[in-house]
Amino acid sequence: MEVYLDNSATTKCFPEVAEIMKQIMCEDYGNSSSMHRKGVRAEKYLRYATDIITENLKVNDKEIIFTSGGTESDNLALIGTASANARAGRHLITTAIEHSAVLETMKYLEKEGFRVTYLPVDQKGIICLHDLERAINRDTILVSIMHTNNEIGSVQPIAAAGELIKGINPQIIFHVDAVQGFSKCPIYPKRMMIDLLSVSGHKIHGPKGVGFLYVNEKIKMNPISFGGKQQRGIRSGTLNVPGIAGMAKAIEIIMPSLEDDVAKMHELRQYFIEGLREIPDVTVNSPGGVHGAPHIVNATFIGIKSEVLLHALEDNEIYVSAGSACAAHKINYQSATLKAIGLSKDMMSGTIRFSFSNYTSSAELNFTLQKLYDIIPMLRKYVKK
Amino acid sequence: MQHSNYYRSFLIKYAEIGVKGKNRYLFEDALVRQIKYSLKKVNGDFAVTRTSGRIYVNAQSDFDFADTVYALKSVFGISGICPMVAMEDEGFDRLAEFLVQYVEDVHGQKNITFKIAARRSRKDYPFDSMELNARLGGVILDAFPAMRVDVHHPELMLHVEIREKINIYSEIIPGQGGMPVGTNGKAMLLLSGGIDSPVAGYMIAKRGVKLDAVYFHAPPYTSDRAKQKVIDLARIVSRFSGPINLHIINFTDIQLYIYDKCPHEELTIIMRRYMMRIAEQIAQETECLGLITGESIGQVASQTLKSLAATNEVCRLPVYRPLIGFDKIEIINLAERIGTYETSIQPFEDCCTIFVAKHPVTKPNIKMINKHEKNLTEKIDELVEAAIETKEVLLVQQ
Repeated sequence: MEVYLDNSATTKCFPEVAEIMKQIMCEDYGNSSSMHRKGVRAEKYLRYATDIITENLKVNDKEIIFTSGGTESDNLALIGTASANARAGRHLITTAIEHSAVLETMKYLEKEGFRVTYLPVDQKGIICLHDLERAINRDTILVSIMHTNNEIGSVQPIAAAGELIKGINPQIIFHVDAVQGFSKCPIYPKRMMIDLLSVSGHKIHGPKGVGFLYVNEKIKMNPISFGGKQQRGIRSGTLNVPGIAGMAKAIEIIMPSLEDDVAKMHELRQYFIEGLREIPDVTVNSPGGVHGAPHIVNATFIGIKSEVLLHALEDNEIYVSAGSACAAHKINYQSATLKAIGLSKDMMSGTIRFSFSNYTSSAELNFTLQKLYDIIPMLRKYVKK
Repeated sequence: MQHSNYYRSFLIKYAEIGVKGKNRYLFEDALVRQIKYSLKKVNGDFAVTRTSGRIYVNAQSDFDFADTVYALKSVFGISGICPMVAMEDEGFDRLAEFLVQYVEDVHGQKNITFKIAARRSRKDYPFDSMELNARLGGVILDAFPAMRVDVHHPELMLHVEIREKINIYSEIIPGQGGMPVGTNGKAMLLLSGGIDSPVAGYMIAKRGVKLDAVYFHAPPYTSDRAKQKVIDLARIVSRFSGPINLHIINFTDIQLYIYDKCPHEELTIIMRRYMMRIAEQIAQETECLGLITGESIGQVASQTLKSLAATNEVCRLPVYRPLIGFDKIEIINLAERIGTYETSIQPFEDCCTIFVAKHPVTKPNIKMINKHEKNLTEKIDELVEAAIETKEVLLVQQ
């Protein structure tokens, strides 16, 4: 049995997504900017995608910018608004556990003369609203808080944060990286006072290389790349029509049953966590209940090297992640998130992330638990002495 | 330097082959073979010819100059690569005219010192070498008044060789040196994913030795990426050494068995002894005449003189350790030069570090080690045999 539990790294495409993309790539391959019929046909797919996204987020169609994925959405959101609003202030706020697409961009902005406050998190990986309140000052122009953490699955109090920020100063721009949270929780930017929302296609059974950024139309924003002035000049470049339509198809499929699917995932997650607790010396790092995403279980197997466990599971066709996939290939990498929730170095080196999708079944999780019961004692036998 | 459309030929200067007496033709044949092999990847058709103690590479079609030089620079046995113009002999005046043109085209700057190094190999040419030097020198001085002659340390050495055709060259691009691969038998390289072993393989190949390599894979303690990294390293080394047969041994069961049965401080030494035994057995099956390792004295616990003696003791084949007296920084410099460093430092290092004791022995006692290896008697032969039987062999080449 092949068990794919690395859905926070990427997901399998829905077959319908692949179909519509094939149709576009092979038949309706026009450039949506072309004036002839082929162009118009391509543009219809964009219309379709925009409709689906705006309907689900309950926003206007001028507020969606298509990008190449989560990283570009985050970069455009942060650099594009910080540079356009620098005259109003030069202070930015984010959290210590953001994805590197945000953290690295913040580092860049620091070099450009902005000051950044990194909010700490508690053991569960959740920020404290008081910290946020205290961090905001007259110079603050932008707050960026991720919806769901990619490593441990902690879910931030986004609506409350939005209310707090706008209560202090309605001019402060609020960005939310929802790459992991989108399609796992209902998100309505207007209601939650979110001005910028980053979403990626391939985390929700869509294609890689595509994503979007919701931009509140009242926000001042500069482009970060230049060219043919597509998408109102904010994001130049020929639109990735197959990718965009594919992503929209995925959203169209996933959204109607979101509540049921998420409830089912929560149940599976609870079951899996209970199963993990049967193993001695295992700590679950993901927060439970509403503070935890339904699809991420991060656990530390004390005394085991996560890479070894990962490969041992791989031999059984079970695919998981040690840390987050984006980080796993870096030298001497230390996860900012795991550090921020207070894990020791030893604990970090034994940490594995299991992440689920709509495809995950209880049979798969049982199989995984059984294998873990077999493998863990074996691996624990061979430790460094 | 880059006059790609100017030169159509290269004169190949060889390193030590010149001194090989009656075996010389064997070395030259090997060199021609290696040159042809290296040029296979280059865009263009080439003829590689050997005439009267000279090797020429002649382009038969349009070709990429930079790629050609890059390829030739990877061939052991070449000391210098001279981009060359070969012209028909149409009389001295034509030669003089051409030489002026050549200097004009190839050497923009004219306030430099020069020397003509003429050589008349075809004795029916009307002027001898000395006369040619004088006459051509005069021609250049007339054409470029800013140039001066310096016979001792010229900035520009203009070689003019009167053979069947007239060869003119003035640049010597340094080659890789060494001896052509295939002139000195074959040896088995113990290749890990680290910095040292690929360099060790390069150095032995440089002496004309063909390489086979063995890698010890320990899933799940080492990942598929670690294995791919070793394959990538072998591929980079094969740029110089020619194709390498890479033998991949699954070492996990042996490692675990040693872990179970032997004292932990000695795990690494005993593990290495079994790696050497296995490597030697494969070496003998594949007609390798020695083993090659990247060891250097004192670098880690398993490379002290006592540890080296303990690992050396288990093989009868000679073990070549070309890096034995090198400092780490020297090895890194070499690794950077041959292009393996970037790959070596990728972080999917073997996770089998868990098998390294926190305090491994640095002065192993061979008697004790032999005694502790007796603990393995029950199953070890069977495990070694199984590991060799199930080995995977990949042909790795550029």
